[in-house]
Amino acid sequence: MALQSLDIVRRSATTLPEPEVRGAFTGQVAKLIDTTKCIGCKACQVACMEWNDLRDDIGTCTGHYDNPHDLSEHSWTLMRFTEYENPKGDLEWLIRKDGCMHCEDPGCLKACPSPGAIVQYANGIVDFHEENCIGCGYCITGCPFDIPRISKKDKKAYKCTLCSDRVAVGLEPACVKSCPTGAIVFGTKEDMKQHAAERIEDLKSRGFDQAGLYDPPGVGGTHVMYVLHHADQPELYADLPKNPKISPLVRLWKGAAKPLALFAIFATATVGFLHYIGMGPNEVDEADEEAARRELEKKP
Amino acid sequence: MNAEDNRDVIVRYTAGARINHWIVAISFVLVALSGLALFHPAFFWLTNLLGGGPWTRILHPFIGCVMIVAFYLFSLSIWRYNFFDERDWLWLRKVQDVMSNREQNVPEAGCYNAGQKLLFYSIIACLMGLLLSGIVIWRVYFSAFFPIGLIRLASLLHSFCAFVLICAIVVHVYMAIWEKGSIRAMTRGRVSLGWAWKNHRAWFREVTKSVPQK
Repeated sequence: MALQSLDIVRRSATTLPEPEVRGAFTGQVAKLIDTTKCIGCKACQVACMEWNDLRDDIGTCTGHYDNPHDLSEHSWTLMRFTEYENPKGDLEWLIRKDGCMHCEDPGCLKACPSPGAIVQYANGIVDFHEENCIGCGYCITGCPFDIPRISKKDKKAYKCTLCSDRVAVGLEPACVKSCPTGAIVFGTKEDMKQHAAERIEDLKSRGFDQAGLYDPPGVGGTHVMYVLHHADQPELYADLPKNPKISPLVRLWKGAAKPLALFAIFATATVGFLHYIGMGPNEVDEADEEAARRELEKKP
Repeated sequence: MNAEDNRDVIVRYTAGARINHWIVAISFVLVALSGLALFHPAFFWLTNLLGGGPWTRILHPFIGCVMIVAFYLFSLSIWRYNFFDERDWLWLRKVQDVMSNREQNVPEAGCYNAGQKLLFYSIIACLMGLLLSGIVIWRVYFSAFFPIGLIRLASLLHSFCAFVLICAIVVHVYMAIWEKGSIRAMTRGRVSLGWAWKNHRAWFREVTKSVPQK
């Protein structure tokens, strides 16, 4: 997306504030995906392809309904199908629309070394600016959800934009528009939470005791949320992480290590400089040459 | 030739060793600066050194491989001068005297003193760490073969080894500047008798024992 936005609250590899005079005063946005209403029609995948002009390669059948079988630079969203046999012995078909979760505390943005390759808007959307991407793949290292993909062709990282171009002009994301059952809805995060609460109450009354909202606090909440029938076991849904957070290794690498390492390198150089100024160089003088020659002459 | 050149009579590094050293040195400068560019945003401008961000991402690992191969070849030829002996432990206890220009109190050093030997081993260890972790985080060719947890660990380890190596090389460069006459050993290959006698006396005796001096 364009760089002239005035609502950038976070920008990768940047130490000073970005233009952020525009806020999200009517509330941050969120997409709510209700897995309990999803019929797995993949209209959202098609809508994503159409709006974003993406066409993935024709893949191969891997024995299940996932098609393509993984996210890619051309497939920013993907329905993942899981066949789950519940304790009663009944088969449940759990379908989760996978894609970027738009974390409030994005691991990709934290890890990215290139200024402005990843930004977060005031409304909560995390967006890649591919013109600044250097292709290092640190976003993949930082992401707790395994979402970004590097293009084999241009070596840039791609993922769902939450249709930031559509949202910026007051439209809903393409996947939301296409969903025939209303399983995907879009609005302010508050409204989506409220809508989810109603759905969960309804699900509980139908026997899904553990129904709940997936808005993981470990990443500060997400701007893509799920209603799950089994919110106590998110792993059932094609390994949706139970408590995702930015890895402590990434936090250290992109946090304390940076200033500490620079300080230590500068300190080492400074100690050297002060030593030279204070102690003076170690020089070989005439006396040393003389002593060396004397020692040689002693020898036969 | 001036009078000082005439003093440079002891061969310390052959032409091959010197060329090898400067291949390592130049590639180190390039990988260190481009690595710092990706490590901290304050240095991102250093990506211009290799032609911008994507070129930095492309070239950094290859230059790193050149450095590692060149250094390991170099290390094969100087390995035998770097074994630790009892003198070295005493030298380390006297490091205060070394740094205060009081070498008369310090045990005689061989071809390398204990500080140089420690540097040698730390470079070997850091380069090994950088090589192994670097392969894991080399996204375009290798990262797909490794689990994400290992990639995260390798990212941190790569930074850590690079940090230790940069500090070690800062010390190395400073020592070369501080100990006058040392840089000539790597630019022209020869040192003066006095330099060898003062700084590496055991080595001085070793090399003057067999080779007849002029």
